[in-house]
Amino acid sequence: MALKMVKGSIDRMFDKNLQDLVRGIRNHKEDEAKYISQCIDEIKQELKQDNIAVKANAVCKLTYLQMLGYDISWAAFNIIEVMSASKFTFKRIGYLAASQSFHEGTDVIMLTTNQIRKDLSSPSQYDTGVALTGLSCFVTPDLARDLANDIMTLMSHTKPYIRKKAVLIMYKVFLKYPESLRPAFPRLKEKLEDPDPGVQSAAVNVICELARRNPKNYLSLAPLFFKLMTSSTNNWVLIKIIKLFGALTPLEPRLGKKLIEPLTNLIHSTSAMSLLYECVNTVIAVLISLSSGMPNHSASIQLCVQKLRILIEDSDQNLKYLGLLAMSKILKTHPKSVQSHKDLILQCLDDKDESIRLRALDLLYGMVSKKNLMEIVKKLMTHVDKAEGTTYRDELLTKIIDICSQSNYQYITNFEWYISILVELTRLEGTRHGHLIAAQMLDVAIRVKAIRKFAVSQMSALLDSAHLLASSTQRNGICEVLYAAAWICGEFSEHLQEPHHTLEAMLRPRVTTLPGHIQAVYVQNVVKLYASILQQKEQAGEAEGAQAVTQLMVDRLPQFVQSADLEVQERASCILQLVKHIQKLQAKDVPVAEEVSALFAGELNPVAPKAQKKVPVPEGLDLDAWINEPLSDSESEDERPRAVFHEEEQRRPKHRPSEADEEELARRREARKQEQANNPFYIKSSPSPQKRYQDTPGVEHIPVVQIDLSVPLKVPGLPMSDQYVKLEEERRHRQKLEKDKRRKKRKEKEKKGKRRHSSLPTESDEDIAPAQQVDIVTEEMPENALPSDEDDKDPNDPYRALDIDLDKPLADSEKLPIQKHRNTETSKSPEKDVPMVEKKSKKPKKKEKKHKQKERDKEKKKEKEKKAEDLDFWLSTTPPPAPAPTPAPVPSTGELSVNTVTTPKDECEDAKTEVQGEEDDAEGQDQDKKSPKPKKKKHRKEKEERTKGKKKSKKQPPGSEEAAGEPVQNGAPEEEQLPPESSYSLLAENSYVKMTCDIRGSLQEDSQVTVAIVLENRSSSILKGMELSVLDSLNARMARPQGSSVHDGVPVPFQLPPGVSNEAQYVFTIQSIVMAQKLKGTLSFIAKNDEGATHEKLDFRLHFSCSSYLITTPCYSDAFAKLLESGDLSMSSIKVDGIRMSFQNLLAKICFHHHFSVVERVDSCASMYSRSIQGHHVCLLVKKGENSVSVDGKCSDSTLLSNLLEEMKATLAKC
Amino acid sequence: MIKAILIFNNHGKPRLSKFYQPYSEDTQQQIIRETFHLVSKRDENVCNFLEGGLLIGGSDNKLIYRHYATLYFVFCVDSSESELGILDLIQVFVETLDKCFENVCELDLIFHVDKVHNILAEMVMGGMVLETNMNEIVTQIDAQNKLEKSETFIFQSPRQDR
Repeated sequence: MALKMVKGSIDRMFDKNLQDLVRGIRNHKEDEAKYISQCIDEIKQELKQDNIAVKANAVCKLTYLQMLGYDISWAAFNIIEVMSASKFTFKRIGYLAASQSFHEGTDVIMLTTNQIRKDLSSPSQYDTGVALTGLSCFVTPDLARDLANDIMTLMSHTKPYIRKKAVLIMYKVFLKYPESLRPAFPRLKEKLEDPDPGVQSAAVNVICELARRNPKNYLSLAPLFFKLMTSSTNNWVLIKIIKLFGALTPLEPRLGKKLIEPLTNLIHSTSAMSLLYECVNTVIAVLISLSSGMPNHSASIQLCVQKLRILIEDSDQNLKYLGLLAMSKILKTHPKSVQSHKDLILQCLDDKDESIRLRALDLLYGMVSKKNLMEIVKKLMTHVDKAEGTTYRDELLTKIIDICSQSNYQYITNFEWYISILVELTRLEGTRHGHLIAAQMLDVAIRVKAIRKFAVSQMSALLDSAHLLASSTQRNGICEVLYAAAWICGEFSEHLQEPHHTLEAMLRPRVTTLPGHIQAVYVQNVVKLYASILQQKEQAGEAEGAQAVTQLMVDRLPQFVQSADLEVQERASCILQLVKHIQKLQAKDVPVAEEVSALFAGELNPVAPKAQKKVPVPEGLDLDAWINEPLSDSESEDERPRAVFHEEEQRRPKHRPSEADEEELARRREARKQEQANNPFYIKSSPSPQKRYQDTPGVEHIPVVQIDLSVPLKVPGLPMSDQYVKLEEERRHRQKLEKDKRRKKRKEKEKKGKRRHSSLPTESDEDIAPAQQVDIVTEEMPENALPSDEDDKDPNDPYRALDIDLDKPLADSEKLPIQKHRNTETSKSPEKDVPMVEKKSKKPKKKEKKHKQKERDKEKKKEKEKKAEDLDFWLSTTPPPAPAPTPAPVPSTGELSVNTVTTPKDECEDAKTEVQGEEDDAEGQDQDKKSPKPKKKKHRKEKEERTKGKKKSKKQPPGSEEAAGEPVQNGAPEEEQLPPESSYSLLAENSYVKMTCDIRGSLQEDSQVTVAIVLENRSSSILKGMELSVLDSLNARMARPQGSSVHDGVPVPFQLPPGVSNEAQYVFTIQSIVMAQKLKGTLSFIAKNDEGATHEKLDFRLHFSCSSYLITTPCYSDAFAKLLESGDLSMSSIKVDGIRMSFQNLLAKICFHHHFSVVERVDSCASMYSRSIQGHHVCLLVKKGENSVSVDGKCSDSTLLSNLLEEMKATLAKC
Repeated sequence: MIKAILIFNNHGKPRLSKFYQPYSEDTQQQIIRETFHLVSKRDENVCNFLEGGLLIGGSDNKLIYRHYATLYFVFCVDSSESELGILDLIQVFVETLDKCFENVCELDLIFHVDKVHNILAEMVMGGMVLETNMNEIVTQIDAQNKLEKSETFIFQSPRQDR
């Protein structure tokens, strides 16, 4: 045996190893394939040997060859052999090969199950690690099912190295075996708080991936993630979490409100660009999800746009790209704020980097207005000419069309210009988007009736120059344009200047080289043209002319009859016969024109693409119902062959329409008629009502092209769109002049004008009247079409299976399959880690426990409900800046110094159960019904509350009662009474500038506060060179840049164009915070406008109230109780009379203005907590009497407390 | 998720390919070729992000790459990854290679592709980022190499030193 091994090893000495193989391949550059096939033969020999080292070496080489594109699936079994080697060296080689080449279709993969299980429980962490890594690449549904439990055990392994890998691979397991998600989830969640940062990061990673696909199931984790976000320093984790929040906010706007502040802080504080960028991204997502109601909403947008502009202006192309990318997200909801950066974006269009140009193009979509559309498109057209690559040029082309056609051609003022642009685009060679241009031409010509004449003239020119296009047909898609051209010329032939000429152009022999479907359209439209020419000639009495045209047709049509394309051939031969018949008639001097044109009478209306789908199912028609009862499956036909007929006879009478059905039938008939009337493809005997509607107002209604529009009457072969730009300018200028005149008149007459206040040199969009008043025919839809949104969800989406409610309790059937007989022998080290979930689910084994189980289920249901409410609780504890926060529910015992040591979560649960037991049936019913989604429930509750609120007497504040029952949702009706407030207070203002400020403490730097000053330019001048100088006091100092003296001003880091506001932040260091104080300051700036620049000043007083030194800090009631018990707090109290505001709003005010958070609330009594930047604890007990409020405070500093209470008194007095 | 990690040189020769979704060998080669085609024609001082790799499909996906001397490191990722984060990750990857190979050059990758795979396996697992801390990665790699060394005795030693 030993000898054999030694022999094998010696053999091996002469084998090639990987390095030799690589070297060999490099030395055989000319006949690489041959050399490799030689090597593969050698490898096959090596694989036949017993020596595992030889095999491993062979497999290692195969892995390399796989990378070069060689199929190695034939060696799958050998790979498994190497995987099962006892030595780590070989095992690793085997697993690597498997991870590179195995997939679900590999049939031997099931043989690996036991091997992998063995490796997973190996005492060596690297064996386990390598198995996990390998498995992550080739896990199949079977493997996932069989190994899920083993992997779950590993999630609690003692070594973090294994834990993190096990956590990460769970995602792959979930994907392949969705049933494992629910049992494994509790543990996964646990890992979010793992002491090892790597494991934590892995867990965040997995949950983020899961949540990205089905965010709503993970909302309940938001508080946990929020905590991680504010505590973690790992940028990777932060980025993931912030991205996750971006996905969650659309589902829960309250979350967004909570996020804004920490995110803004991160934006200001982080130095990592990647983190900054993701923060900005998520803030954008938040802002998108919050439609309104944020006081510093615009400030946040402004901040984002500002930061993005910095990114875009950066010399680093990566940042530029990302800046543009994020900008396009803002564009969707806040186009205005992006539009101000038009200059920058247009600049990016000229960037040498294609990725950046493409992004800039995306943004352009939102930049256009009626005013600048022509200008922008002109710019794009020059780019089209310059573009070197076809992909970029095609992209430009589609963008031009997108931009112009967006929202129903909203921005096009002159359709002649647009047609010219389209015609110009046809000059592009090698574009793939011919059909796009064609579709646009058709659309515009059909829907914009006023443009048809012009369109027809352009199209006939196109047809005439068809040889240009046809010369390089087939290869490129641009000939598609001829499809549109031919159709337009045919359909609207009455507008043709020289129909005969066009007819000849369409019958040229060259046409037969066009693709079949285009020829088919040619043939069809040739007849239309022919019909109209015939009519013209007959009316003019030129019988000979008419016959000549017929002769032309008879001569030329045969070329189409010979076409290889069936469609063309069929149409052509049919028409040829028709024309021949006409020829006979003409010979007999019979007038035929009328009848021929009757073939094409009527008009085609545009039909919306979804029209067919939207036809409603008539009432009473069930498409899924069987017309005849299906044969039941249980009875096979052999048994009762006759039954079919027998039953049918029996059933028939049932189906016979009874008299009552007559009505129904009539109704259906009516509905069908309606439908047919709406169906453009249904040939009607008489014009449908709808059509008449469109015909009658159509022609007269379209205000004819304005006469002053100096369109060149003679249309050149290919028009230049540029001329329209000039024309448009002139036209606008004229319009403006007229308007000015009118305005003057109006002034004299003192008439009211609503819109025309544009004294500014720029005119607003609405002021530009379109060149043609265009009646854009909307696409037809069937009547009472269902406004259904198409479910875009792809049924094959693999992530759909993971859309699982994670809060539901585990059922017995759900536990992961365990290999029982093996479990005992393999569970060595991780034995103590048998999953808790499993234990739980194992317990109720016997039937006798069924009852218990039911009970437990009930409990769990309740728990689940609570969980959902915990989220609400969390979302409402700390007050969001704007709307009033809602205090949390509290136990009805109501004592402030609660002695429980339980977590607040439990407490509020207790409270809930208690309360539920006692009162409110409705609520109880709610519980029983157990709606699966907290959202729906919330909705219902809100309604309930509203009705309740009406019923209740006004003595009891409406908030209190609900608060006792449930946590009140943010946005509950009573809060609507409170006007939205801003934390920004007015600092100073004059005619140039308005200053508002907000003072925020920061926990990181004790004794420092940040003063955010929003400067708003309200003049028409540009404000620049702004400087802020503040006189320091002994107690408070402004942080200045190094080297500057106390008397120097601190520059404001931006300039303000007219009407713009921006925020600057300054840091002040405060010595003692127990007293409020004021600082004097001056803002100096230069106001510059057309007339010149002036130097201006504005004095202000910064008021640092004691409240501004407080930081909203949530506090749990147990901690709160301990704090009160400790006894080292001094006490003081105030009382304010004459208060009519509800308690709810009162608390909100205190929270908002004085930065407190509610700890507990019982009826009309609440405890509140806050913390100063220097770490003083401040506890309040707020009680509401009939018409008064008393506030008892405890604080570690008595002066601070008394000052705070004074401030509070002032606030309350206003209520 | 990371969909694929590719390393190839200035001529498009693959030096490492790791796909986190199954593709046939032919498709893999096609993806490498296409990616090389897209990446190689870009200037040095343009951005490192690229959209429109058709094969690894989906508008959700992006190519993020870095070019070091003779090698391109390309990561194909979907929208759940942070673009700048991945760029940092590539940097960490290259620095780790540099540490493990001591002044890494293309030849190291050519002859020791298995080692590169092992290093990568400590950073990215099944398409998800496992570890970003270079010291941690190097520690694990060293420990595994030590384990490997302890297993080999004279006759079985793979002749890696050449």
